[in-house]
Amino acid sequence: MSSDNDSSSAPVTASAGRLRRAPEGFVRGADAGVVFREARQGRRDFIRQAFATALAGAAGGAAAQSNPVPSAGGDPHILQAPPHTLGLGQPVATDGYGKPSTYEANVQRRQSPGLTQTAQSSVSFAPLQSLFGIVTPNGLHFERHHQGWWDVDPSKHRLMVNGSDGALLKSPKVFTMDELMRLPAVSRFHFIECGANTGMEWGNVAVPTVQYTHGMLSCAEFTGVPLNLVLEMCGADFKRGRYVLAEGADGSSMTRTIPMELIERGEVLLAYGCNGEMLRPENGYPLRLVVPGVQGVSWVKYLRRIEVGDQPYATKDEAIHYVDLMPDGRHRQYSSIQECKSVVTTPSGGQVLLDKGFYNVSGLAWSGRGRIKRVDVSTDGGRNWRSARLEAPVMSKCLARFNLDWVWDGKPAIVQSRAIDETGYVQPTYKQLRAVRGRRSIYHNNAIQSWLVTESGEVRNVQLS
Amino acid sequence: MCSSRKVFAAWAVVLALGTSCAGAQPREFAGIGRAATASEIAAWDIDVRPDFKGLPKGRGSVAQGQDIWEAKCASCHGVFGESNEVFSPLVGGTTAEDVKTGRVARLLDPSFPGRTTLMKVPTLSTLWDYIHRAMPWNAPKSLTTDEVYAVTAFLLNLGGVVGDDYVLSDANMAQTQARLPNRNGMTTRHALWPGRTAPKAVPDVRATACRVDCEAEPLHASLLPDHARGAHGNLADQNRPVGAQHGANTAVAAAVSAASPARANVSALLGQYACTACHRAEGKLVGPGLGDAGKRHRARADALEYLTGKIRSGGSGVWGDVPMPPQTLPEADARRIAQWILDGAKP
Repeated sequence: MSSDNDSSSAPVTASAGRLRRAPEGFVRGADAGVVFREARQGRRDFIRQAFATALAGAAGGAAAQSNPVPSAGGDPHILQAPPHTLGLGQPVATDGYGKPSTYEANVQRRQSPGLTQTAQSSVSFAPLQSLFGIVTPNGLHFERHHQGWWDVDPSKHRLMVNGSDGALLKSPKVFTMDELMRLPAVSRFHFIECGANTGMEWGNVAVPTVQYTHGMLSCAEFTGVPLNLVLEMCGADFKRGRYVLAEGADGSSMTRTIPMELIERGEVLLAYGCNGEMLRPENGYPLRLVVPGVQGVSWVKYLRRIEVGDQPYATKDEAIHYVDLMPDGRHRQYSSIQECKSVVTTPSGGQVLLDKGFYNVSGLAWSGRGRIKRVDVSTDGGRNWRSARLEAPVMSKCLARFNLDWVWDGKPAIVQSRAIDETGYVQPTYKQLRAVRGRRSIYHNNAIQSWLVTESGEVRNVQLS
Repeated sequence: MCSSRKVFAAWAVVLALGTSCAGAQPREFAGIGRAATASEIAAWDIDVRPDFKGLPKGRGSVAQGQDIWEAKCASCHGVFGESNEVFSPLVGGTTAEDVKTGRVARLLDPSFPGRTTLMKVPTLSTLWDYIHRAMPWNAPKSLTTDEVYAVTAFLLNLGGVVGDDYVLSDANMAQTQARLPNRNGMTTRHALWPGRTAPKAVPDVRATACRVDCEAEPLHASLLPDHARGAHGNLADQNRPVGAQHGANTAVAAAVSAASPARANVSALLGQYACTACHRAEGKLVGPGLGDAGKRHRARADALEYLTGKIRSGGSGVWGDVPMPPQTLPEADARRIAQWILDGAKP
């Protein structure tokens, strides 16, 4: 009777006799026959209805699923029990690392065609239009690589900490991942946004959906060791060493300057965990820097070295790229902080409202300077604004989810959101932003996004100035 | 009561001790980390700062750089560093005057297409450091120190910063730095740099949160043109098939845009769609002369279709490496321009 006996004494072929029949085999008997007859009638109506809906949809571009008025006794999805209600489901651990439903296949990271010519130095955008809450699933976290990604063997990965001269750091050290993971760890939720997020839209509307306008944005619970703790261990001179160079182990050996002021606050992390598991290889496995509130390029992946210095380093991505061109022909260098910004993710560009009536307008707000204090939503192109509900928790330098009730009357509407952070900074319109920074900055576009809901229900990306 | 008070007292002592220890000196984490050796530091500490700290001794000439360039760099960056095929162009857009002033004048011209590396880079250390650590693209860190000097020298020579006989070395990096065209073109006077030493800047864009009857923005809206609806693929496949909204089916051909109202002449269209920013009727500007384009393609059976499509889709390779971006204009207007080009591009 023991399970040992069962498994060892019963060869696979013999056990076939114990298999239960396929689900459809379970529908039998007189009662089921009645259900079937009724359902067949109902299904004919349903198919007829669906066809009509599809035709209607072709005009507006919608693929709406109707909720047909019950005829012939009711909805066949209720009257005719489906196989999953009548059969035996799949066993545990069918998949040792579970995957999303097969019906979720549309929810993918995507590249913007023509944005870059190589796939190794490129971007994939997170599908914000399909995400809930504030956490980005690890497989959908946006990607930005400068020389391709690697799956680095953590047993061979090392972190070196040194100084640009001997006095800046007393004891240069080398750490293994085993050692770093023994140190006291913290776990914190933060957003990460590329400095070039929404960069394609500086001049005019260029891309159709929120995935491409705002998808260089993700949010996760990061786990790791505060960098200041490790710098203290190594005897860093915090007085003279006001800058740190972070360097990656990939081909580009990506480097960025991190101000010591941020590190001293204990916010900057040597992170290995992301949403409860290790970082994904595309996001820097096994070690990356987390620099809350600062653009993603500073969150150096495959982090191999930290150098304490007494001046900024003017690395490639601080002197040639990630510099913001201003109308006076000067570039802003070391532009790092991601200012307060928000976007409505549903409804958003490329979507189709299925019908008039109630909708939950929902979106994301964030600020590199702290917590979100308030989000206002307009459905009339910025003439009138209502405060949205901010969903708890609202954390510092982290995405916040907002929601607002809205009844769509079928007329054209322009949906916008405007965030205000705890410093009182108000997210600007395109007009206000461009009045100061022009149209050629590429980086740090935090303007209010407008979505035009057309009479057909289709939502389009639009700029008002 | 009594025992809980004892427990509380005991915790207070632990807390007090903990606080005083932490305050006295950094926590020690016994057994974690070890001293880095000199050779380990030498292997990884390769960064070069703007003051040239970290720069290894060495030298390389423009001529040596040219040979390396043609073998290892030109396939991506073009023989003259001008290519836009793989990466943004490295060279172009700077003048001898810029070398004197340290400010690239073209950065003030919004109609100048693109920004090359030499138009932006303010620090020579940046070029040296990045070529050294990350180039060539598919074999990073494979150049010797002298080769990095040589390639850097050749790049500067392409940009007219140094002469054909120049030899770049650790001894003359600082004086070469003083010739970089955009060396005075950067600013850190902004509120996005937390590392800026006092005085701290305040945010430059100051908006207010008007809530009722606010001034609405004018409705001369920028919209994605109909023909570009499907440029990112079928949006129906990029949205969850269940939920409050579904994705728009952009695979079905968008309704053909209504033709623009007839215009008196094509030159208005050329201005309206900024064709003249890059083209003139005769002779090359950024792109080919339009008359030349007409001559080249006139013999094609599908000349009108081809040029109409080319105007809207852009491309590169027919007339050189400088790409023409896709243009957003109604097909009818593109067709009128194409016909005019084929007719000889007469003013």
